[in-house]
Amino acid sequence: MEETERNHIIHKIGEGVVTPLGFTADAVYAAIRRGERGGVLHEGTFGVPEPFFASILDKTHLRNSFSALTDFGCEGFTHVEMAAILAANQAIEEANIAPDRSDVQFILSTTKGNVDLLEYNPYEPERPYLWHTAQMVADFFGNPNRPIVASNACISGCAAQVEAFRQLRQGTCKYAVVVGVDMLSKFVVSGFQSFKALSPELCKPFDANRRGLNLGEAAAAIVYTIDKEENVPAGELIPEGWAIRNDANHISGPSRTGEGLLRAIQAATHGHDATRIAFINAHGTATPYNDDMESMAISRAGLTHTPVNSLKGYLGHTLGAAGILEVILSAHALRDHVAIPSAGTETPGTVAEINICYNTNDTLHQQDANAHSIQGDHFLKLISGFGGSNAALLFRIKQ
Amino acid sequence: MNYNFHIESHCRITKELVRLNDETVCRNQDGQDWLGDIYHAIGMQYPKFFKMDHQCKAGTLAAELLLHDKEFDRENVKAGWGIVLMNSASSLDDDRRYEETIRDTGNYYPSPAIFVYTLANIVTGEIAIRHKIGGESSFYVFEKFDGEQMLDLAERAFADTPDLDTLLCGWVDYDASVPDVLLCLLQRDENGAEKKLSVDKINKLY
Repeated sequence: MEETERNHIIHKIGEGVVTPLGFTADAVYAAIRRGERGGVLHEGTFGVPEPFFASILDKTHLRNSFSALTDFGCEGFTHVEMAAILAANQAIEEANIAPDRSDVQFILSTTKGNVDLLEYNPYEPERPYLWHTAQMVADFFGNPNRPIVASNACISGCAAQVEAFRQLRQGTCKYAVVVGVDMLSKFVVSGFQSFKALSPELCKPFDANRRGLNLGEAAAAIVYTIDKEENVPAGELIPEGWAIRNDANHISGPSRTGEGLLRAIQAATHGHDATRIAFINAHGTATPYNDDMESMAISRAGLTHTPVNSLKGYLGHTLGAAGILEVILSAHALRDHVAIPSAGTETPGTVAEINICYNTNDTLHQQDANAHSIQGDHFLKLISGFGGSNAALLFRIKQ
Repeated sequence: MNYNFHIESHCRITKELVRLNDETVCRNQDGQDWLGDIYHAIGMQYPKFFKMDHQCKAGTLAAELLLHDKEFDRENVKAGWGIVLMNSASSLDDDRRYEETIRDTGNYYPSPAIFVYTLANIVTGEIAIRHKIGGESSFYVFEKFDGEQMLDLAERAFADTPDLDTLLCGWVDYDASVPDVLLCLLQRDENGAEKKLSVDKINKLY
């Protein structure tokens, strides 16, 4: 393999999004700017006894959209596979690449894939295995390379992007198709309920009265490539720094001091001018511990005044899709020179004081007027998860 | 062509035996609680072990064998150490156990103690906590073990992370009651191991 030349830079050339707020990145971004929220109260959904708030895809719409892609309908595909393929297809079409080329590498981010098949599996026995889901996606596009699955709890979507950046740098591929997906099920919802992690209302990221998270279903995809900077069009997204670090503290609780996330932020932003960071798109799950931990890490990193937002109030915590979905939406916002206000936040209150973006007026039509206009051409994506893992990704929008 | 690291040591755990480097540490006698037997055989003292699911137990045992030095620093977080693991079954062994706790409406008792292990990468967290490893922790899933794939992932992690000196890298799988572990301790070394020889060695060890 050949080391890619130093003056070549990685950049995004395609994106795809499938969420309850829309089936393209543009549609979802527009819905969020209008202040739409995907979370609703579910009673009896998936056979879960306790009610829960979640942002759930319309499966008829999913099947119809998927069927429109194929000559054979949606028979034989699970919802996870359909959503992942739909998102990947949008990204590949926008990138205008032939996905069956040998220099295209597929990387799937998922935490639970087809786990609902453990209850009843009408397919082959390998179907619940995550590598099988990745293979279904790669096979759909006729890709000859063995796909990679990044399964790193909630940071999977960012971990998958890090592996894509590494492969592009190393020259093992010319195009990386990074696809993130997770659907909800009795398995996932009951588990988060048993953890007492779900909010009994729509979630309130970074709020003093936050009571937990809302889950969400989504798929999101990005195609990255590597090229000379002069060939990168203005407005395109360029990863500048990235790091994954462990708290070495607890498997299910974040570090109280934000240790691992702080070290990830320091490594990802090393050598970069912090004043160019327009905003931080935090994980912001709205659990008491996560949001306090992030506030500690952001504050200790000296970014107390940098605007911080969370998108969880719009789409919920979308697990394996989150790290990809939120990068796509943040890039749209940065191109528009705004930081999207955190939906659901009324009174910011975290253990360390940070600059939370939120709406001071709940009137939806005033949402845009309240979007925080920002300075700078970079944003920082933060994400943390079970297993003590944390990731920080620094991106720039080409001017 | 050489890797940017060398293989310091390696540990293999199968259904039949445990090997550290080229020496057999112990063999499975009756198979009732094989991972528990290994724990006792190597004199490990870590009560948290008994809370873990099988995948975490298997990975934790292999890491313990590789880092058995009594002088090993388990007090201070080591930012220059990382963990990159992979397997085929993700956490499906524990997923199946959890699914049984929610299957019947009349017998519905979702267990947080089991649910917490239904993520493939929890084993990286358990090893990080035990040995205070604060660098990268990553988990990947592939259909089958492939030595070249594993060493290439390690090479990319070293190339991309200047402050990474030492990496616990390997395959930690547990499926259908069968442990399948090959964990390696890799040290950054700019004149490191020759690629083809290393891949052949790793595939042979597996």
